[in-house]
Amino acid sequence: MNNFRSSFQKLVQYPSAVAGIFVVFALVFVAAYAMITIPYTEAVRLWRGGEEVWYQNPRFAAPAWINYFSSKQYSESFAVNTKDGQMTKTVTPGNEGISTFDMAYEFDYSYDVYPQDLILYVTTTYKEKQPFISVELLTPDERTIRIGNFSVSNEFTYRFSQDEKLLTKLRADEVIPALFSLPGSDQPLKGKYKLIITGTTFEPDSDLNVEFVSHGQVFGWAGTDHARRDLVLPLLWGVPVALAFGLIASMGTSILTMVIAAIGAWYAGWVDELIQRITEVNLVLPFYALLIMIGTFYSRSIWVILGATIILSIFTGSIKAYRAIFIQVKESMYIEAAKAYGASSPRIIFLYLIPRMIPLLIPSLVQSVPAFVFLEASLAVIGLGDPVLPTWGKIIQDANSNGALYKGYYYWVLEPAMLLMITGLAFAFLGFALDRVFNPKLRDV
Amino acid sequence: MNAAPEKLLHIKNLVLHFKTTNGSVQAVDGVDFDLDSNRAVVILGESGCGKTSLSKALLRLLPRNVDKYSGHVYLQGTDVMTLDNEEYRQNVRWVGMSLVPQAAMNSLNPVLRVGDQVAEPAMVHLGLSKVDAYKLVYKMFQHVGVPADFVERYPFELSGGMRQRVALAMALVTSPSLIVLDEPTSALDLLTQANIMNVLKRIKHELGTSFILITHDIATSSELADEVAIMYAGQIVETGDAKDFFPAPLHPYSQMLMASVPRLRTDSDPMFITGQPPSLMNPPKGCRFAARCPYRFEKCSEEPPVFQKANRKVKCWLHA
Repeated sequence: MNNFRSSFQKLVQYPSAVAGIFVVFALVFVAAYAMITIPYTEAVRLWRGGEEVWYQNPRFAAPAWINYFSSKQYSESFAVNTKDGQMTKTVTPGNEGISTFDMAYEFDYSYDVYPQDLILYVTTTYKEKQPFISVELLTPDERTIRIGNFSVSNEFTYRFSQDEKLLTKLRADEVIPALFSLPGSDQPLKGKYKLIITGTTFEPDSDLNVEFVSHGQVFGWAGTDHARRDLVLPLLWGVPVALAFGLIASMGTSILTMVIAAIGAWYAGWVDELIQRITEVNLVLPFYALLIMIGTFYSRSIWVILGATIILSIFTGSIKAYRAIFIQVKESMYIEAAKAYGASSPRIIFLYLIPRMIPLLIPSLVQSVPAFVFLEASLAVIGLGDPVLPTWGKIIQDANSNGALYKGYYYWVLEPAMLLMITGLAFAFLGFALDRVFNPKLRDV
Repeated sequence: MNAAPEKLLHIKNLVLHFKTTNGSVQAVDGVDFDLDSNRAVVILGESGCGKTSLSKALLRLLPRNVDKYSGHVYLQGTDVMTLDNEEYRQNVRWVGMSLVPQAAMNSLNPVLRVGDQVAEPAMVHLGLSKVDAYKLVYKMFQHVGVPADFVERYPFELSGGMRQRVALAMALVTSPSLIVLDEPTSALDLLTQANIMNVLKRIKHELGTSFILITHDIATSSELADEVAIMYAGQIVETGDAKDFFPAPLHPYSQMLMASVPRLRTDSDPMFITGQPPSLMNPPKGCRFAARCPYRFEKCSEEPPVFQKANRKVKCWLHA
């Protein structure tokens, strides 16, 4: 324990190590947060969900914070409805079961770039006679634009941009810009707009609810992708996936490599020969190509890929490096002494040989984490990512297949790339510092 | 079985040959000797005469290139040579006999606390819990004169003498009836050597342990020895009681070996034996010492048998 504390004290003398530790802890915290707030099944449901889950979001929207860095203000997205009270709703009962619904929503529009679309989702309950609504938009300059009158079924969707009649009425090329600017001007008119919906139902039990959605140009913390999915989800969930893959793969690989090298070195003879021949064969096999084959023909499940990664990474050059040191350590007097007092072979391997290698193991273990994180991401980029899990690599793959960089959706690629880079750097910083802490000690002993 | 039950250790025709690219090295070539309990035997000889190989043969710590390993080693009446490796490991090592290896200072695991290391044989062989094993460790540390608080230390925090004592404590912890000490005091200063010898004497007195002390330090070993065995070229050439041997060695090699011990404050130069021990790869026929022996005569070209002389044994035609 003292040893551990003194190592830690030496470690925190390196600023890079402190930064690395901080980032690694932050990542672990985010991973825990992601898994607690969005349980696995929920994450998978959202990630695989289509229009019915994500209808409130715009497509290809950049994150909202780009407005702070941009001279042009991009319109933000919002979604309000009468059920949660963000839209006012007053019901006035009349004669013969007829009720009048007055619904309104006032919003501030102070953007330079028009929203992608405005949509009304109307839900009603009725038996025979369909309710009726009329929609108006009140502009800051006191104009009232009549959007239209509709007879609504149980579920009725109205997209402002798709309405040809409205387009004709506005005498413009596009609906949305025409709504948010003065007639004849191409400059947006900033100020308070008010959407007024007046509904009439003809049956006593009828109800009428409206959800008003604005698909802006920017959305949330991370923006959205081609399927309107909020990128916060895969970015958050990518953390536990990346950490789990990186840590399990590097720990599994390092520890198994060490144990197998120790067993080979200790028993020598045919055991050692076998391990060495397997290693030599494995060294000439193309690792990445094998993984691609497994992903293409067998399974793209992250656990299968993880298992294959570990198995293929055990028998590599490091088994030879470890073996070389073990063979040297094996001849030490204290090993012979242990043998003399009757220690069994497993006891010597695990209590005498392997502990000698721990100072070497820890830095290399930490340093190899980013390699495995990148491996998982690169497999996802070429389309061999886990089919159900949201990961960083999957974001980049989606971005790539939707031509994100060509179309200028830089956020889509940069966000996961930044996280990958930060993760890699944090583990690398920590690994280098650990190396410096542990290796002089190795020389001392 | 023709075991001698009253003997603690009875070695008969023990052979250990190593294979090399140039041929077979006959490091231990037909060694016989007996040892009673609570006795200490010193095995003396020059470097390369097979002393350490003998200790390895006794504890079956064999290197990979063993060519021939045979003979009988009766420990308390059982021929341990007939046991398989696993039985040998469980029943002989540290239970029947333990070893303080050559350069015992380096025989401690640098990454384990010495307390843990001393406790380990007790836990492995006696099946003790860690707490009970540590009680034993404290007792052993007291026997060998290591302060009790040293259990927490790592080997590199101890001096050479202390490490030697820890190695000794480790050999003692399972209370074996026989301890093989392979040059326990070489590389230590004179005071520490004397100290360790006193510790060994006390242990022998208090615990009734037998020792096989392998050394070329004749002066120090004479402190402890009850019996002496002289080894030359893989064979034991003389055995006898220490109090008979030291004043009057019988074998010419023993005499010359004793004469080569430097004496304090005398004018005479210490003697040395001209020539070198024969190559064990291809030892000469007949007496192996003949080539360097000043008393050589024609009989020496035949292998001398072991002659009993009073209670001493000597392998030399001079004593026929």
